[in-house]
This record gives sequence, structure tokens and C-alpha cells, in this order.
Amino acid sequence: MTTLSNTQELPNGPVAAALLAGGAGAAMLGLATTLAEASAGVKNLLVWFNPVGPLSGKTGVAVITFFASWIVMHLIFRGKNVNFARATAVALTLLFIGLMGTFPPFFELFVKE
Amino acid sequence: MSISPREGWTVLHGMLFGAAFLLAFAGGFAGLYSLRPEWVTAEGIKERILRLKVGLWAMALIAWATVISGTYIVYPWYRASDATSARSILLADPATAAWHTFGMEWKEHVGWLAPIAATVVAFAVTYYGPALAKKVGERRALMIFFVAAFATASIAGMFGAFINKVAPIR
Repeated sequence: MTTLSNTQELPNGPVAAALLAGGAGAAMLGLATTLAEASAGVKNLLVWFNPVGPLSGKTGVAVITFFASWIVMHLIFRGKNVNFARATAVALTLLFIGLMGTFPPFFELFVKE
Repeated sequence: MSISPREGWTVLHGMLFGAAFLLAFAGGFAGLYSLRPEWVTAEGIKERILRLKVGLWAMALIAWATVISGTYIVYPWYRASDATSARSILLADPATAAWHTFGMEWKEHVGWLAPIAATVVAFAVTYYGPALAKKVGERRALMIFFVAAFATASIAGMFGAFINKVAPIR
């Protein structure tokens, strides 16, 4: 019978990088959504595809942030063990920023009259 | 009995892609939650990990398909500037305006968090494989991300269903 102790001990860096990148992507979506409400200039800059309007840019920067930060952090953290509890706390904080920034009663606080 | 191409895309986006993701969540969560060496044999964990990897990557792909089809195919019809678009119809009546100003505004943004979170979970399970069973902190963090993916997809799906009931895309 195989035992789990036979499994190779893998460093946690790549998973921490993925969690942090997910948090960064989420936070960028929240930030872009809120900034688009606060500034007409930002909103116009985020219109990457006219039929979709600024949602194309908001989600575009979030997805680019997610994958780009994942690649960078993966290269930094691969083969290493990091403080996983701290990485998780940062990732969840970033995820929470993303959830707040995409909640209409929150981002509407920043609507430019 | 017939449906228009627009109705067909709306069904594909919400009822096939979106609903498939939400339905698959329970299986994925149960798999992650019960991935413990004290509950399952080593052979059982190996067998379960294979199912989790396939299931979680399928969920991540479905989540991306849901938000991309929703944003780039269905949403332009919803937000069209003509008076017959769903957005125009909702905003024309103060009694239904909040379906757009709150419901659609929340749905169109928060739904994009689901594929991001689901992809992170799928990658981590693939990376660790059976070793994830022994990693309590990592598994807990992944379950939080997985629940976040489900919660955000649920919000998007729920408002999508209600909004399409009040002002259908035809």
C-alpha cells in the first residue's frame, strides 16, 4: 500500500504565487471599477471594445494583472518555501478589495457628480 | 417553438456554462474538504486527486467561457443604446431601474472574480497532487478561494436570471 509519506515534499512558493496573483487580479478589478466611477477620463481609457464599453478595459486590466503577476511571482517563488499564512492573508485581503470595489453601493460613493 | 440566436447565446452563457459551474461546485468542495489522510487511504487520495484535477480545470475553463461569452456576446445586446434594449427598458421605469443600477452593475463586474479564483484552485491542486492532503493551511486557503469563486458566480447567475426575467434579451 502506498503511503502519503512517499510523496515528494513540494515547496509552497508556486501556490503562494498563484494565490497572490489571484488576489492581485481581483484587487485590480475592484480598483479599475471604482476609478472608472471617479474619473470620466479613466472610464474612457477603459473602453477597449466599444460594444462592451469600459467593462472591457476593467476586466482586461484585471486579467492581465492576474496572469502577468502570476508569471512574475512564480519565477520569484518557484523552488522556495514562503510564509504561507502571511501570503494567504495578503491574498485574501486583495480578494476582499476586489469584492468591495465591484460592489455598487461602494463604488458609487466615488461617482463624480 | 423556437428561440432567437440572441436567446440561444443567453441560454448558452447562463443555463449551460454558468449553471454547470454552479452545479459542479458541490462536488469540488466536497472533494477538497474531505482530502485528509485521516479520512481517506493513500490510494483513495490518489484516485480522488485525479478526479479533482479534471473537475477543477473543467470548472475553471467553464467559468472563463461564461464570463467571456457573457461580456463579449450577450452584454453588448443588453447595453445597446436603442430604446428596446434590456438596459433601456429597465432604466425607463423607476420600479425596475435598480435591476440595472444595482443588479447588472454588480453582476457584470463580480462575475469575473470566479474564473480567476477557480484557476488558482485548479493550479494548486494540480501542483500539489496527493501531497495536498497533508497541507492543512494550503487546503484551507484554497477552499476559501473556491467558495469565493462560487459566491461570485452565484451572485452573477442569480441577477442574470432575474434580469433576464424582467427584461429578456430577444
